[in-house]
Amino acid sequence: MISLKPDRSKFPVAGDDGQLIIDRESGQFSELFLGPVHPGMTGNMSLEMLIQGDEIMKAKTHVGYLHRGFEKLMERRRFIQCFPICVRIAVPEPDFNEYLLAATIEELAGIEVPDAALWMRTLLLEMSRLQSYLAWIGGQGSSFGLGLIGQWTIWARDLVLDRFEEITGGRIYHMHMPPGGVRSLLPEGFRRRMTDTLDTIEQVMKDVDKALFQNSVYKTRSVGLGYIDPAMVDRWGVTGPNARGAGIARDVRKDYPYLKYPELDFEVAVGKDSDAYTRADVRRRDLLTTVDLIRQILERIPDSGEFMAKVPNVLHWKIPRGETYKRAECTRGEYGYYTVTDGSGYPRRINVRGPSYTHAVTLLEKMIVNVNLADAAGLMSSLHTYPPEIER
Amino acid sequence: MQQILDALKQSVMIEDVRKQRDDLVFITVSEAQAVSAITHLRDRANFTHLVILTAVDWLEEGLFQLTYLLNNPAEKKDIGVRVMIDREKAQMESIHHLWPAAATYQRELREMFGISFPGSPRLNETFILDEGWDGPPPYRRDFDTLKYSEETYFPRPGRSTNDPAEYMKSMLYPEVDND
Amino acid sequence: MRSNDDFLSKKIVPGVEGDEIEVDPIRDYYCDAVPQVSREYKRAYPSIIDRFKNWARSESIWILAYGSGCGAIEMRPLMTPKYDAYQYGIQWRPTPRQANLLMVSGYLSLKTLRIVIRAYEQMPSPKYVMGLGSCTINGGMYYDSYNTINRLDYYLPVDVYVAGCMPRPESLLDGLELLKKLIREGKGHGADIYAEKFEWYKANQKKILKSWNMPDYSW
Repeated sequence: MISLKPDRSKFPVAGDDGQLIIDRESGQFSELFLGPVHPGMTGNMSLEMLIQGDEIMKAKTHVGYLHRGFEKLMERRRFIQCFPICVRIAVPEPDFNEYLLAATIEELAGIEVPDAALWMRTLLLEMSRLQSYLAWIGGQGSSFGLGLIGQWTIWARDLVLDRFEEITGGRIYHMHMPPGGVRSLLPEGFRRRMTDTLDTIEQVMKDVDKALFQNSVYKTRSVGLGYIDPAMVDRWGVTGPNARGAGIARDVRKDYPYLKYPELDFEVAVGKDSDAYTRADVRRRDLLTTVDLIRQILERIPDSGEFMAKVPNVLHWKIPRGETYKRAECTRGEYGYYTVTDGSGYPRRINVRGPSYTHAVTLLEKMIVNVNLADAAGLMSSLHTYPPEIER
Repeated sequence: MQQILDALKQSVMIEDVRKQRDDLVFITVSEAQAVSAITHLRDRANFTHLVILTAVDWLEEGLFQLTYLLNNPAEKKDIGVRVMIDREKAQMESIHHLWPAAATYQRELREMFGISFPGSPRLNETFILDEGWDGPPPYRRDFDTLKYSEETYFPRPGRSTNDPAEYMKSMLYPEVDND
Repeated sequence: MRSNDDFLSKKIVPGVEGDEIEVDPIRDYYCDAVPQVSREYKRAYPSIIDRFKNWARSESIWILAYGSGCGAIEMRPLMTPKYDAYQYGIQWRPTPRQANLLMVSGYLSLKTLRIVIRAYEQMPSPKYVMGLGSCTINGGMYYDSYNTINRLDYYLPVDVYVAGCMPRPESLLDGLELLKKLIREGKGHGADIYAEKFEWYKANQKKILKSWNMPDYSW
């Protein structure tokens, strides 16, 4: 009879400093370089792992494959020139970058955004969340060997991208929220088409529920994988669905209400088991919440009205010295912009806080110990890592 | 918020308080007292979440500004602790014992700004940049990224870049002498 | 069972032709011979066999599933029913050994350039390179970045560029159609150009990758 429990008798013991004593000469250990591209994530990041058999003893992350130096590039661009470039930081959901850059600049420059523009921004951010979750579910399925899920959800995501195209003209990068407002309001007939899309997505999610969340292979592999202790949440900087999976109801939309979220009615999805399966379930319920939110927004969003505040000539726009921090809830957790201005026409410094920064480096290096090699990709995917947030 | 600052003032000298929003305050403390102020905020005032740790280069004043943004998830408040350190002797006490994630931020600051945090784990390993990087820390303001790029990466001829303000002025009002 | 010392030490194994080869398990084995120009390159008149080969190659483009930048997110919809690139004989392969098209999907930072060069060299000839996005053409939005290259054709021989930031799936399909046309006309000689101007490409690569800690050519 084969025991499914790993043999712990040969597991390396910890030394006085708490580090495992690893005798590389013994031939029991091998080093493996996983990445930079693997099914665990959108984006490039590698793991340098030390493995014994098929169990990971130790891992080091290597990031920087997608570093473009945005924070430096934005320092030599005017405020309005930062607006088209900042969306390129995060491909899965670029709109949070536009919104946060605009929000920090508006706060520092003292601009009031019209009501219709706030509704429009809320709609765009929720649509962005929807398409990002759909892409993520596909990735989660593929990293556990269920490629079919990706075929369905990426197709459904394309429908959302088509709706984006109707409003903004772009599929991935929309650049629709310049500082001061939005570029346009809803096109004609948008409500009906968006409602149809939402109905389709709900239908797809029913199929995904059957094919992924009730799939015994997926359940066996993901239940118990990647446990995050609720006590770790604050100390390790865990935010978003990863924290909510651990039973801590932390959602920027509820806690620090921005845009029109205080006027909308929604519940924050919280899990309690804090493993990969719970996190996936939290994300699935969050996706359905988003569908519901978009329906509410579509009912209340105005069709006409002022949508752009009066902004000074952007070519000569100087913002007085100051600094501020704004945050928003993206699919991966707390996304934030820290903007410092110095009275000139250029920002002094813009620092982007991506949620993957804390999830993918220190937390992952801690969590990946003792994980089976085949589950490493699934674990990274369940943290919803997106490397360009780390290196920008 | 005022109570938190009053309690903090009893142990730490606060040089400057600037209220940005109701839930966001920036305070300036000295380099020597920064870590004790942060520890006080974390342990006594419940600011348990380190949001960002970043630096701002004030080249003209010869200073680096380190910003530790702390968040109190229960009361939903933020405090930005600003520390001014000397640009020539860029060194700061490490806070990786308070938050493990701070080690990553400090590695980034070491690489991108050249600020040293003695004792922080894996501080001198390359983090983001390529191992062959031989330029100065790139986020410092005296590093000219355009010049470096033009000298290194074979720019394709034919591309021109204009300052938008100057360009629009010269296109719209060519008769005005641009001073 | 063999002891570990035995397992890791050098040993003599019999070769195919009866000779003996010394094998060191610790060492990496790769071929570092400089690439050679193929016989078809610069042939005055392509023979009928060449034409048949070109046709066959153009109809089976296997892409290395490596996304180096943001453009990679638009490759995923190509694999789904809406755009369905598989119907044109295009498919994605997990390793360079099985692929013949390298899609450089966007800006290349220095760290990625290392990986891309090695992946390209490990692909079997004939191989093609497609540059996606304006950032591979002239730097695009990142023309002034200190960490991204400005033009891809100084480091790898590029067959087709697809402009856009980022290119839509339709334009990717259009670019792939153009590449097929070039291959059918016998113009897909990227690997030969790389072999012919090998010194120049290596000099350019070494100029920006300051610490060159890998073999000059490995496949």
